[in-house]
Amino acid sequence: MEKVRILEIKESVFANNDAQAEKLRGELKEKGVYLLNVMSSPGSGKTTTLTRLIEQLQEEMNIAVMEADIDSDVDARTIAATGAKVIQLHTGGMCHLDAGMTRQGLEGLDAKDADLVILENVGNLVCPAEFDTGAVKSIAILSVPEGHDKPLKYPLMFQVCSAVIINKIDVAPYFDFDMDKCTEYIHMRNPEAKIFPISAKTGEGVDAFAAWLRDEVTNWKK
Amino acid sequence: MHELGIVFHIMDSLESVAKENSLSAISSVTVEVGEVSTVIPDYLTDCWAWAIKKKELLQQCELVIETIHAVTHCDGCGKDYDTVAHGRICPNCGSEKTWLITGNEINIKEITVPEES
Repeated sequence: MEKVRILEIKESVFANNDAQAEKLRGELKEKGVYLLNVMSSPGSGKTTTLTRLIEQLQEEMNIAVMEADIDSDVDARTIAATGAKVIQLHTGGMCHLDAGMTRQGLEGLDAKDADLVILENVGNLVCPAEFDTGAVKSIAILSVPEGHDKPLKYPLMFQVCSAVIINKIDVAPYFDFDMDKCTEYIHMRNPEAKIFPISAKTGEGVDAFAAWLRDEVTNWKK
Repeated sequence: MHELGIVFHIMDSLESVAKENSLSAISSVTVEVGEVSTVIPDYLTDCWAWAIKKKELLQQCELVIETIHAVTHCDGCGKDYDTVAHGRICPNCGSEKTWLITGNEINIKEITVPEES
């Protein structure tokens, strides 16, 4: 039998990515760029929500968007219509973005003068939560038709997010969505999480989230 | 695919370890996978077999998977219980105020390298 020696590594598979993410965050702090990582299931209304947010904030700050999808540029076109700078990233079949891909995206976007860069992660409640992208904060969007029990089924997603947007509240009367239960479940996983019920379609509640984000960007640039 | 991303990260880590220790080949890598880590060991092995063909350092490298048992702690009654069998509701007191102690890990535990002759 081949003689071997053993080297102990004892390192999380994510350690390397975590270090890269930390480095990226440090660079963004120096440049005064706030990177927001937005995660959710497919169809929760990420792109519509971003469009609303950009409408509210683009007069007061320079916003750029990175759209990550497995394929297509449908979302990038929608965002481009708002006038914001946008780049479409293709993950080539991978279900998430990591810090290395985020860095490449930022370089491609060439957004040195941006105050706020929004990363629309791949629509998926599982894998994106495990990979730190280097963003200052992560948020999740959960839509009413998905049900109030999602925080129980995908706990890690809600654990890593600083804020949760509950979208499509305009259709709440047609679904058995219990807002109190949803809040309770989110806080069970993350007591600090801020919760913003909105309707990206009607615009209801978007102000409150925009105010949160405005404060976040201001504090980051200090 | 989730497992493929994990495999790429393991390969990156091993390449840096090889560089630091001036290794030209790695015989095996032991990865600890938590029972509820969302990684499926069979998929991980398949992705591994495909991905290592492109890396000289890892061409002969066997992937050894060790499972870490998932255990949840209940804040309601203070007891620990088996996560896979009972999920998030405590089987002892029925509380939902529970959290995972172990079982979510994906760690590179150790590697073996050919002994220099």
